[in-house]
Amino acid sequence: MSEININMTVNGQKIEASADPRTLLIHFLREDQNLTGPHIGCDTSHCGACTVDMNGMSVKACTVFVGQANGADIVTIEGIAQADGTLHALQEAFRQHHGLQCGFCTPGMITRAYRLLQENPSPTEEEIRYGISGNLCRCTGYQNIVKAIQVAAEELSVKEAAE
Amino acid sequence: MIPGSFEYHRPSSLADAVGLLSSLGDDALLVAGGHSLIPMMKFRMAVPEHLVDLQDVKSLKSISLDSGQISLGAMVTQAEIILSDELHVACPILREVSYQIADPQIRNLGTIGGNVANGDPGNDMPAIMQVLDATYILTGPDGEREIAAREFYESAFFTARQDNEILTTIRFAAPAAGHGSSYVKQKRKIGDYATAAAAVIVTMSGDTCASASIGLTNVADTPLWAENAASLLVGSSLDGETIKAAADAAKAITDPADDGRGPKDYRTHIAGIMVQRAIANAVDRAK
Ligand SMILES: Cc1cc2nc3c(=O)[nH]c(=O)nc-3n(C[C@H](O)[C@H](O)[C@H](O)COP(=O)(O)OP(=O)(O)OC[C@H]3O[C@@H](n4cnc5c(N)ncnc54)[C@H](O)[C@@H]3O)c2cc1C
Ligand code: FES
Ligand code: FES
Repeated sequence: MSEININMTVNGQKIEASADPRTLLIHFLREDQNLTGPHIGCDTSHCGACTVDMNGMSVKACTVFVGQANGADIVTIEGIAQADGTLHALQEAFRQHHGLQCGFCTPGMITRAYRLLQENPSPTEEEIRYGISGNLCRCTGYQNIVKAIQVAAEELSVKEAAE
Repeated sequence: MIPGSFEYHRPSSLADAVGLLSSLGDDALLVAGGHSLIPMMKFRMAVPEHLVDLQDVKSLKSISLDSGQISLGAMVTQAEIILSDELHVACPILREVSYQIADPQIRNLGTIGGNVANGDPGNDMPAIMQVLDATYILTGPDGEREIAAREFYESAFFTARQDNEILTTIRFAAPAAGHGSSYVKQKRKIGDYATAAAAVIVTMSGDTCASASIGLTNVADTPLWAENAASLLVGSSLDGETIKAAADAAKAITDPADDGRGPKDYRTHIAGIMVQRAIANAVDRAK
């Protein structure tokens, strides 16, 4: 099968590549772009470990063909901290509040929460739980994940008010 | 799991998409959000040689409300349905059902057209289209044709759509002002298809039910329009006995599979409960 040319923006950088059309976005990011932050958990669109931001929306990269993402603007967990390494408020809050144990779900969880807080900057606990309902965690019982997102939401709104 | 090989096409107009489907024949499939198709391709239940991606066909992206007629372009996503306040005011069951489909990530890509064209009895939108008496508009090489949603579903994954036709628009009259509606779905977890689900729309005239429509999801190999069950409600005061009789009439037309969601009898039983709850909600919401 003929390869297709891929042009997309990944974490702010323009990239060009060619790929077999059957390549899933998650494999393209992990294997071709060496962005191994987004994980493959279930490979069946259930767990959310592969969540990335595509054109300002959270999507499950295990269920998107690379061609469908052609031309898109993609953000992965690697693009969420600042360039100098300063962690995003969500990353900091997950660290401070034990929002992770094994860490397998964490890149997807934070990438989803990153978009959720842009869609809804001050979510209720229920809205957070519903907003991350496409992301599964086998370790934490979610309690500290929800707490970390709440703390990050407060941090970000304080920062916003100061600006 | 890596799906089989295929050639990828991304036409930018409906005419080009129809042309591609006709010239590529049986070996081509359309891809909208891909959230039913890609899982099937991973399992090799679908092995297309060509995929025709509709994302650049912008004419399929519109939501329009015009003098009581609602038209939804096939590529409108479930997330876009949730976000449309205008749609919510005119036809609130659409937001209610969308929130019960899969999870936020999947709703961002999953489209209404893919959901109704797929033909999977587990999809939730087709039952809504039964109660709304929607019309599907299909475009093929010979032009456009219309077909009622109530005539569209033949059996699991078999519909009245020809391989070379594209579903472009879903059209229906907005339910009457003051109507009440509800979609009640039992599922094992977020992101699961229904064990059984019921859609109900009613209008009331004082304490009497003036009109009613009932649809069912995932309790047969097609979505069901429970015409007899609904007719029992019309003219009644929706007392407990009548609601129970309507639920029994709805149960009588079900034929669910025995599967991980439960044995047949259980799922039929749940269908009856979903109908009763959806009627109660719809009546509460009717003015
Ligand atoms: C984990 C998970 C859970 C889910 N849970 C639910 C659920 O609870 N309820 C529910 O309803 N759905 C559920 N879905 C399915 C989801 O809503 C799909 O997005 C939807 O069924 C199909 O829409 P799509 O745009 O993704 O279509 P695609 O997957 O792209 O296409 C589906 C089929 O329709 C055809 N098709 C697509 N568009 C058109 C068109 N315009 N004209 C003609 N044919 C077309 C395709 O060729 C394909 O055969 C779930 C999916 C996943 C992955
Ligand atoms: S790996 Fe994509 S949802 Fe689990
Ligand atoms: S921290 Fe282990 S899966 Fe979430």
